[in-house]
Amino acid sequence: MKLRRDIFQAISDPTRRAILVLLTSQTMTAGAIAENFDAARPTISKHIQILNECDLVEANQQGREIYYELKIEKMKEIDKWLEQFRKIWENRFDQLDNLLSTINNKKNEK
Amino acid sequence: MKSNLQFDFLVDKGNNTLTIVREFSAERQLVWDCYTKQELLDQWFAPKPFTTKTKSMDFSNGGHWHYAMVDPEGKEYWGYTEYYDVNPIDFYRTIDAFCDSEGTINQNLPRAKWHVTFNDKGENSTVTTVVTYDSLNDLETIINMGMEEGMIATLEKLDELLATLKK
Repeated sequence: MKLRRDIFQAISDPTRRAILVLLTSQTMTAGAIAENFDAARPTISKHIQILNECDLVEANQQGREIYYELKIEKMKEIDKWLEQFRKIWENRFDQLDNLLSTINNKKNEK
Repeated sequence: MKSNLQFDFLVDKGNNTLTIVREFSAERQLVWDCYTKQELLDQWFAPKPFTTKTKSMDFSNGGHWHYAMVDPEGKEYWGYTEYYDVNPIDFYRTIDAFCDSEGTINQNLPRAKWHVTFNDKGENSTVTTVVTYDSLNDLETIINMGMEEGMIATLEKLDELLATLKK
């Protein structure tokens, strides 16, 4: 239960969403990411850490640098999750379809 | 036939909104009635296996709909929708809430604003529902609740997802 909340908290923050957007095009070091923001470096590091804990980004050591990479599959899982919410609406609308056709059929019988 | 009806379901994580567009094979007046008349609304609003039970409804500006979604075991989940900006048969706005059987609103649970718009589409109609939450966390809470209450069987798939996320 806690873990799911974490993931949504991760993407509920505008800075963290911006970091995810940055990482869609390339892997980046924490320093390179921080250059895109006015916030202090430790603040950005904290954001990256949260994304990492939520498995939304992955840290890869390359020589002396750590590069962060977006984990696309994890992002897709969030969408899959929302897909379940969509099913509720599908079901609801199917019922409305049936109701509408029942009403229209009755009208035509008259 | 049904499969040809438009159905768009868009989640905007930046604006905390859900936008749901659905086409119906009926004229706009009838679709409007199904959304705004209690005896019709009760027949479709709660997704299976739930049924809808209305305690009181006054579809007008400042009015409300106090209803329950009832599961097969008879357990009731109460909701309270306040209507405002009612413009037949074009659109209406609401604020939803969770409540108890007396209509006392649960302030600890998220509320969302709904903007429901009705349009003609040839002989058919479309309904556009924009649901706005205060935050993405609110949206998440709503989704979680759906699962905890066993709201719909397909949500069980979330458990599988959870298992893969925990690893």
